[in-house]
Amino acid sequence: MKSLESWGRYPRVEQHTRPLVWRTDSLPRPDGTVLPHGLGRSYGDSCLNEGGTLLLTSGLDRLISFDAGTGVVRCEAGVTLDTLLRLAAPRGWFLPVTPGTKFVTVGGAIANDVHGKNHHRGGTFGRYVRRFELLRSDGSRRVCAPDENPDWYGATIGGLGLTGLVTWAEVQLKPISNPYVLQETVPFENLDGFLDVARASEADYEFTMAWVDCLAVGKNVGRGLLYRGNFAPPQFDGLPLKKSHLSHGSGLAVPMDMPAFCLNRLSVSAFNWLYYHRQNGKPKQRLTHYDPFFYPLDAIYGWNRIYGKRGFLQFQCVVPYSTARDALREILERSSRGGLPSFLSVLKTFGDIPSPGWMSFPRQGVTLAMDFANRGEKTWRLVEELDRLTREAGGAVYPAKDARMSPESFAAYFPRRAEFSGYIDPAFSSSFWRRVNPVTLPFSLESERGPTASQPQSLLAIR
Amino acid sequence: MKKVLVLGATSAIAQATVRLLAARGASLYLVGRNAANLDSVAKDAATRGAAKVEQRAVDLNDFAAHEPLVDAAYAALGGLDGVVLAHGVLGDQAEAQKSWEATEVVLRTNFLSAVSLLTVLANRFEAQKAGTLVVISSVAGDRGRQSNYVYGASKGALNVFLQGLRNRLAKSNVAVVTVKPGFVDTPMTAHLPKNKLFASPDKVARGLLSAADGRKNEVYVPGIWALIMLIIRTIPEAMFKRMKL
Repeated sequence: MKSLESWGRYPRVEQHTRPLVWRTDSLPRPDGTVLPHGLGRSYGDSCLNEGGTLLLTSGLDRLISFDAGTGVVRCEAGVTLDTLLRLAAPRGWFLPVTPGTKFVTVGGAIANDVHGKNHHRGGTFGRYVRRFELLRSDGSRRVCAPDENPDWYGATIGGLGLTGLVTWAEVQLKPISNPYVLQETVPFENLDGFLDVARASEADYEFTMAWVDCLAVGKNVGRGLLYRGNFAPPQFDGLPLKKSHLSHGSGLAVPMDMPAFCLNRLSVSAFNWLYYHRQNGKPKQRLTHYDPFFYPLDAIYGWNRIYGKRGFLQFQCVVPYSTARDALREILERSSRGGLPSFLSVLKTFGDIPSPGWMSFPRQGVTLAMDFANRGEKTWRLVEELDRLTREAGGAVYPAKDARMSPESFAAYFPRRAEFSGYIDPAFSSSFWRRVNPVTLPFSLESERGPTASQPQSLLAIR
Repeated sequence: MKKVLVLGATSAIAQATVRLLAARGASLYLVGRNAANLDSVAKDAATRGAAKVEQRAVDLNDFAAHEPLVDAAYAALGGLDGVVLAHGVLGDQAEAQKSWEATEVVLRTNFLSAVSLLTVLANRFEAQKAGTLVVISSVAGDRGRQSNYVYGASKGALNVFLQGLRNRLAKSNVAVVTVKPGFVDTPMTAHLPKNKLFASPDKVARGLLSAADGRKNEVYVPGIWALIMLIIRTIPEAMFKRMKL
């Protein structure tokens, strides 16, 4: 048994691990359940399997083919988005949709149907997955595509790794003329300001997202900076690449767990004030390489350690436009009043492009992501409260960033849950899935729990 | 190394090396036992930019196949200027102590098959007066220890053979590079508990290629193992034989 944590560093659970090596190998059949695990960048427990086994996919990292003419790449599921970018970007292709970190695997991107700054234009990652192979614990292998095993295709995209192991996938990339992004930063004074500038930007900008000062209060609630951009046109081809643009991160790293006092209301508040005011309230334009534009946090290796050993809770919700103004104001005010600083809070609009995935999180509306240092009961109550507000607003919470939503919330957010359940591989399960579906399992969990398994700290945590 | 024969190409260190060579645009002739796995490695190399990738599934313990294999590699790539010999087995020390058969498999695979292949290859490289022979050995060959002396003996014998070969081929401008990795996190060591001394195959591959580029003689990868093995080799035998290593 190994003690493993996800990116949010909460929860920390005991489980076995089995490395996968070849895509033609059959699945290992340990006692108990298994769950594919890539780079563990999910924040909560959707990438953990307490008492069971994680199938480590990092060994399935081979490329299979790349057609520089059509931009179709086929690779094993453990290949990282970083690897795909290194392969494709110099040849004029880019990921059609990318999350805020490139250190996720293709399998993980499918399982969580990740989204990026271009959801209003491009929808989710799953839309560009042309086909993949799904290996089930009964030994069957299915090629899944929109027109081949479409039900398995729909269940697996956004299916949290529960329908079986994706061994390889084929992704349609999109053409770019150079690796640069023309970026504009526009300040907005409050939530209304965000909604206005975000909606107005959608027509002309492929990429939009906003940093929000989650500690601002009163008339400033929801103030922040909107980043919008497009890939630069061909005339920028001649620009030389800086070395830092092509290397792993910037060499900056968080060397150790930071003591909790470094991150408090005062320090985050001061940082936010400075960050917001550094450009004097005026829009600013600049040309930037795709790396800092899409992956600013990847430059700080191990940034999750700034929250210390107890980790943090991520909260990302989406609420429909009809209720967005009121619900988001309430959520922002509560988290601000709650006095628990979120290091990075992000607002973004989702468009109406549907995903092929039944369990996909993104849906039309406004999404807000926040992270809260885990200070126990107090934090749990706050996030639980934000969850309730989301539910009442007809929204949803993102499983990839969750460690605590209730079974009731999950059922409300994912109406196709019952249909999806029929496609779960009987040998597959996750801590997340058991938490949001407290029903009889095919395997006895009690017998698999090690004596050192962590006990929930409070009633809130028992979920 | 532009035209490289990789023996044992499906091993973790070889795969990582193949990737680096492919990214440099080298032409590769990949040899491994399992055809399906070899095909995965070949496609990966081709996608990553190798100028040419050929493959052949062979059991390298069939010594009669060695000469035709080298012929085929020369024909496929239009010559060879590099060899990475990476095949090998760890074996099971406890099994080997009980049976000669288990011992023989380790010696045949790690030592005899390497000697057979290098005999053919060294003669070709000596004649063409160019080339680099890179052989993956192990720190285990530096001193016999009760926990894995059969594996260690196969690698130790290999090291001495390579020393002699290096001595013989120096005048012919052929480099013989002995690479001695320490613990590497690979399927070969999947059953062992990991500690901080375990290096990734990629790190070892980068060390291997820089040694090959520099036409080094013997290198430890990662370098820390030079110090560790210096200490291990220096312990007097009278004391060493009573230690549990």
